[in-house]
Amino acid sequence: MAGTDLVMYEEEFHLIDAELQRLHNQANAKVVFLVDKNGQLIASVGETKGIDTTSLASLTAGNIAATGGMAKLLGEKEFSILFHEGEKDNIHISIIGQRVILVVIFDQRSSLGLVRLRVKKSSEVLTGIFETMQVKSEQDKAKGKTSASPFAEITDEDIDNLFG
Amino acid sequence: MSFINYSSREINVKLVYYGPGLCGKTTNLHYIYKKTNPDAKGKMISLATETERTLFFDFLPLALGEIRGFKTRFHLYTVPGQVFYDASRKLILKGVDGVVFVADSQLERMEANVESIENLRINLAEQGYNLDTIPYVIQYNKRDLPSVAPVAEMEKLLNPKGLPSFEAVATTGIGVFDTLKNLAKQVLFELKKGR
Ligand SMILES: Nc1nc2c(ncn2[C@@H]2O[C@H](COP(=O)(O)OP(=O)(O)O)[C@@H](O)[C@H]2O)c(=O)[nH]1
Ligand SMILES: [Mg+2]
Repeated sequence: MAGTDLVMYEEEFHLIDAELQRLHNQANAKVVFLVDKNGQLIASVGETKGIDTTSLASLTAGNIAATGGMAKLLGEKEFSILFHEGEKDNIHISIIGQRVILVVIFDQRSSLGLVRLRVKKSSEVLTGIFETMQVKSEQDKAKGKTSASPFAEITDEDIDNLFG
Repeated sequence: MSFINYSSREINVKLVYYGPGLCGKTTNLHYIYKKTNPDAKGKMISLATETERTLFFDFLPLALGEIRGFKTRFHLYTVPGQVFYDASRKLILKGVDGVVFVADSQLERMEANVESIENLRINLAEQGYNLDTIPYVIQYNKRDLPSVAPVAEMEKLLNPKGLPSFEAVATTGIGVFDTLKNLAKQVLFELKKGR
């Protein structure tokens, strides 16, 4: 299969979560979340209750993919920041380390300038975390140590049960 | 490109329904949506034109339950079938874990089926996937219509390798879950190999 599957362990997850929390506080944001480029939600913090984060994640990735396609047609590598302004809420989307997407939703309690500034700082931290993750998984692979798949023992029956 | 989160004990898998325009991809998702109990499904999202033709994609997240203590989520996508939406189709195939090819059984759509499968093979290859090795199911849809090609002929034309295939009538749901289940099984067994 193409590319490496994204595997997230406890340790990195906590680092990422802590950084998203920090960003959420410092940027005065409503919601902050992280999505992989295929549209799968990695982590979210803030007032996520009334928000369908799964769908937002998928649409965010579609949005980035579509603008990425536009960039290519124009000979740009990518458009690394997208911003959508609404009547109440605004959404700031940026690509981190070419692999994941950081989304910040904010209202009048914050401002675009503040969000941009804080996103920039968090991007550096998050890039570092994802680089470490990458190196780790490559090292594991080189050692021939494949992470014990939780599905190693999976049976036909397990799958039938899923569909009830 | 499945995403395993050991921290929240979740696994996310991306499945794509591919096929020529109007073959019944969106109808498959509608049926699955209708038959899945409310707490297992998210909202179905359709980015469609005013005439209900898929413009970018349909998206249906399913959280069916747990396997070995891991919440297992399937993200189902359809692509727009019309030839001129090729750029969008390529985008949706990014990070795909398994593909359903929905073929339209009507005789007059055979050429469209063949073209679409070729297009699938090319677009997958561009992303570094091989149609011969990726988890894959073929669905012969619209079996209820009068002017359909015999399944044996469709197999010869569209499935010379004899990969898993199902007959279906997506509007009434015949074959819809058999198709999905078979693909889910292939994808999860792929994960079992561990990478
Ligand atoms: N008779 C019949 N019609 C079907 C079947 N599946 C889909 N259709 C119809 O075919 C048309 C196109 O279906 P749609 O799901 O939108 O196609 P898509 O372009 O592949 O997403 C709709 O009018 C459906 O009701 C089927 O199994 N039998
Ligand atoms: Mg459609």
